[in-house]
Amino acid sequence: MEIEKKCGCGSNAGEGEAVTPGFICGWHETGGRKIPRVSSKLDFNDIAGTLKVRLALGRNDYKVEPGLYCIGSPASDSPVLVTANYKLTFDILRKETAGLSAWILALDTKGVNVWCAAGKGTFGTEELIRKINEVNLSKIIDHKKIILPQLGAVGVAAHMVKNATGFNVLYGPVRAADIKKYIAAGYKKDNEMRRVTFNLRDRLTVIPVEMIMAWRYIAGIAAISGFLNAFSGKFFWNKVIRDIVPSAGGIFAGLAVTPILLPYIPGRAFSVKGFIAGAAWLALSGLKFGFTLREWIANFLIITPLSSFFALNFTGATTFTSQSGTEYEVKKTFNLMKYSLILGVVLKILSKFKK
Amino acid sequence: MKMEYLSEFVKLSLDEKKCTGCMMCVNVCPHGVFEFFDKKAHIKNKKACMECGACQKNCPAAAIESGSGVGCAYAIIRGMINNTAPDCDCSGGGSSCCG
Repeated sequence: MEIEKKCGCGSNAGEGEAVTPGFICGWHETGGRKIPRVSSKLDFNDIAGTLKVRLALGRNDYKVEPGLYCIGSPASDSPVLVTANYKLTFDILRKETAGLSAWILALDTKGVNVWCAAGKGTFGTEELIRKINEVNLSKIIDHKKIILPQLGAVGVAAHMVKNATGFNVLYGPVRAADIKKYIAAGYKKDNEMRRVTFNLRDRLTVIPVEMIMAWRYIAGIAAISGFLNAFSGKFFWNKVIRDIVPSAGGIFAGLAVTPILLPYIPGRAFSVKGFIAGAAWLALSGLKFGFTLREWIANFLIITPLSSFFALNFTGATTFTSQSGTEYEVKKTFNLMKYSLILGVVLKILSKFKK
Repeated sequence: MKMEYLSEFVKLSLDEKKCTGCMMCVNVCPHGVFEFFDKKAHIKNKKACMECGACQKNCPAAAIESGSGVGCAYAIIRGMINNTAPDCDCSGGGSSCCG
């Protein structure tokens, strides 16, 4: 039996309960229970929410209530898709399952995406077993298959879930966009569905967050430069710009230029790639501003560790760096970057007091 | 374009004697590290391993040993400073890994 709301899935209060989130567009009744039905359409709020997250405005606490949902009109033989309760993830899933009839089980991952949550263990064996029992899944469906995103395998041991609940974990495709194809093919995936990519588009998606995070560093540089130049008489703004632009550019070289050109910059270590991008920026800005010898040295000591550091930081956003490799890189370069930066800043400050 | 990281440090080993041929590792690996022939899994492309740990976690025969952790410099540096294990908690901001 269906209880459909004649609504455009805006915000609507449902069945005398508290306000229902806008993505719930009705209720599906099964065995005396009412399961919220989600819309496969993303509305203005969803898109605005995604943008906010991608631009690092209120990234935390972007989640949906964990538990059982459905899309379309699933029956007891319909597939079960397990996901995280990060709303960005949840939205992608419901958009990509438009036209399907399926159950959606959102684990409580504290509003973190599947892969990261699996790494932390919140998208994990225990939570999956707990949710299967909590929602009484075996009363909803009469088969024993549940589909997990492949990257959830980092946190879930399929054989342990089978032992504890009797359910067979099938690892589906990496990307939600392949789910329909995967189901249509009889729960089979090809190698392409199995592979994680990190193409230009993937990289561009994560850069804005990095850039917005970096503004505070640039603001810090501006504040220090403003303070140091405040007592130096004439040409205040010229001097401040001459301080800020090279260092801010160094940060930018590390966190945006290096990621964008990642496959084309020589070296495998991110710190090396960042160093190269920073050195290129040093040359550019030096020629543009006409650095003195002292400025070349100070800026080299400041720009290259900044670009190197921010490039290294980008390892966290990639899909192919190992912890062993990253750890090696950090241990080798961190102190070098630190001392280079300190020395550069000291040189800069000293040069303010010399004519 | 396929990018290779500092692969010489990758921790990954497979005890082929223990392998039961369930193919789970082939199935969960996001970088195509394993290959299946002669009824057993084999490591084909260790260089591509990012130590996500999915293969070890899902090997019912416990035949795989893999590093597992975050390849995130921010987490590692924070771990160094706070003297803890690298922890991928991005809630303080600083990286977009959890987006």
